[in-house]
Amino acid sequence: MSKKALVLVKPTPDTEAQIAPGSDGASVDTASLTHVINPYDEFAIEEALLLKEKGEFEEVVVASFCEPSRKDVVVKALAMGADRGVIIDSTGTNCDSLSIARVFAKLVAKESPSVVFGGKQAIDDDNMHVLTMLGEIANLPTINVVSKVEPGEGSWKIHREVENGQKEIYEVTLPCVIGAHKSLNTPRYTNLRGIMQAKKKPFEVIAAAELGLENTSQVKLLKVSMPPEKPPGKLFKDEPIEEMVSKVVELLRSEAKVI
Amino acid sequence: MKVLVFLEQREGKFRSICNETLTIAKSLAGDGGSVAGVAVGSGLESADSLSSFGLQTLLKAEGDSCSSYNVITYAKAVAAAASSWGADCILGGATPMGKDVLPRVAAKLGSAIASDVTSVTAGSGGGTNLEVTKPLFAGKVVGTYELSGSAPKVVSVRPNSMPAVAGGAGSIDVQAVEAPAADDRLKLVEMVKSDSEKADLTEASIIISGGRSLGSEENFKILEDCADVLGATVGASRAAVDSGYAPHSMQVGQTGKTVNPNLYIACGISGAIQHLAGMRTSKFIVAINKDENAPIFKIADYGIVADLFEVVPALQTKLQALKG
Repeated sequence: MSKKALVLVKPTPDTEAQIAPGSDGASVDTASLTHVINPYDEFAIEEALLLKEKGEFEEVVVASFCEPSRKDVVVKALAMGADRGVIIDSTGTNCDSLSIARVFAKLVAKESPSVVFGGKQAIDDDNMHVLTMLGEIANLPTINVVSKVEPGEGSWKIHREVENGQKEIYEVTLPCVIGAHKSLNTPRYTNLRGIMQAKKKPFEVIAAAELGLENTSQVKLLKVSMPPEKPPGKLFKDEPIEEMVSKVVELLRSEAKVI
Repeated sequence: MKVLVFLEQREGKFRSICNETLTIAKSLAGDGGSVAGVAVGSGLESADSLSSFGLQTLLKAEGDSCSSYNVITYAKAVAAAASSWGADCILGGATPMGKDVLPRVAAKLGSAIASDVTSVTAGSGGGTNLEVTKPLFAGKVVGTYELSGSAPKVVSVRPNSMPAVAGGAGSIDVQAVEAPAADDRLKLVEMVKSDSEKADLTEASIIISGGRSLGSEENFKILEDCADVLGATVGASRAAVDSGYAPHSMQVGQTGKTVNPNLYIACGISGAIQHLAGMRTSKFIVAINKDENAPIFKIADYGIVADLFEVVPALQTKLQALKG
């Protein structure tokens, strides 16, 4: 098998962005916001590059289902050191997690990577869907929320983080799908040389229909609203510490009834 | 409606999230509907205690091949149970296991899926469509979705969203279903337990969190001491994590954990938008900060403008006195 890593990335608004409902009340107006690589996807790119440097991969391919106008995120991955970029053109499509996972499964069939990487979830819809669904459709094992990858002969050892700081340690045979968590590594910065090289790297845009996109969605966004506003709280200041603390504890017991 | 619940277990014991999910399933199923649960594993405990939360039928995929967790085989068992029982929808908890298994189930069945929802009701158009609400952008906005299609709709529910309500208990019809053969491509070889006995941040009912003003890893000790008295779990802001005062597993916010406790105590946290996004749905918020203009006070129910290093020990003393 060709030793290839396929890293799936998604453009998302920056974490500091103010998000508001669109004028129709049934969308999020993100067009004007600065987009970055989904933060978790950066850990996925970094891990693929680190493993390539250790000789585990010959090529790192980065792919995104997005509008070509957002190609900056793929170019950034190339500047970090990935070898080739693919954009599956999402212009004018209306898809749910299932149809996107099906498109990526077609890309996996075409590219035959030994490992598919992605971030554990995207920070826009926070779903944690596509990687795992892709694994099922492409019939690959999936391990998500991964904090450590140890390559080996025959099988790889993968650490997955679950609740209470516990870890599940798996042995998995390749090919497989790995979802990166923040604790996996520290993504490298891009430098000028990388940015210049990125411009010369192979880059293709594929029409979604070419990968069999069924432009259908069984999940329809009906409404987007701001979270309910809270009435102003009770603020204590300029009093002795013990008194303020006593008042708050009393409110937590009598009014909030949470302690 | 016929609602199937994925009954999550660890080492054969059903987790408390099952009570919450069953409560929701019971209300979703309605008077003419039915609620079944699917449990996958080996050496499963009796499910009798789940009947008061609405479990009527237990589909049990029990066998050595399922003794340790494997997303591939567990998803296979859940999907097969949904098809054979004729589920209209499948509910589970938005826990690490639920969020792992359910997308695979949805992909296998060709289902509409929504994860980490805070409410789920029957769709307005009748039939078996569902309407769910879920926080987007870690809670900066809330989305309402309709799930449709002929395959069972798949939904994971955020822990602590709706309280579990016990009603009258009945008898449970237990049916054995086939346990899938092991899939050797993926093997869980070890579970590494943390030394902490505390509830996970995402399931904690009380959280006490610290920001960069804690100033050092050692100073987080005052939060831990206070948390011990409160039965709370300690969290941290991204600023504190980036400064190396706390591990990433403790981070609350958009690139950390989204939490939903009954009480969130923010100590020396200014309230950056990405932090607020991760904790604003907490039922009650207490903010302790020297800066009266800190944004955290805008969403706090109770605020104390003072130095956390004075307030937190005083709080601990007061709580200790109440406990006696």
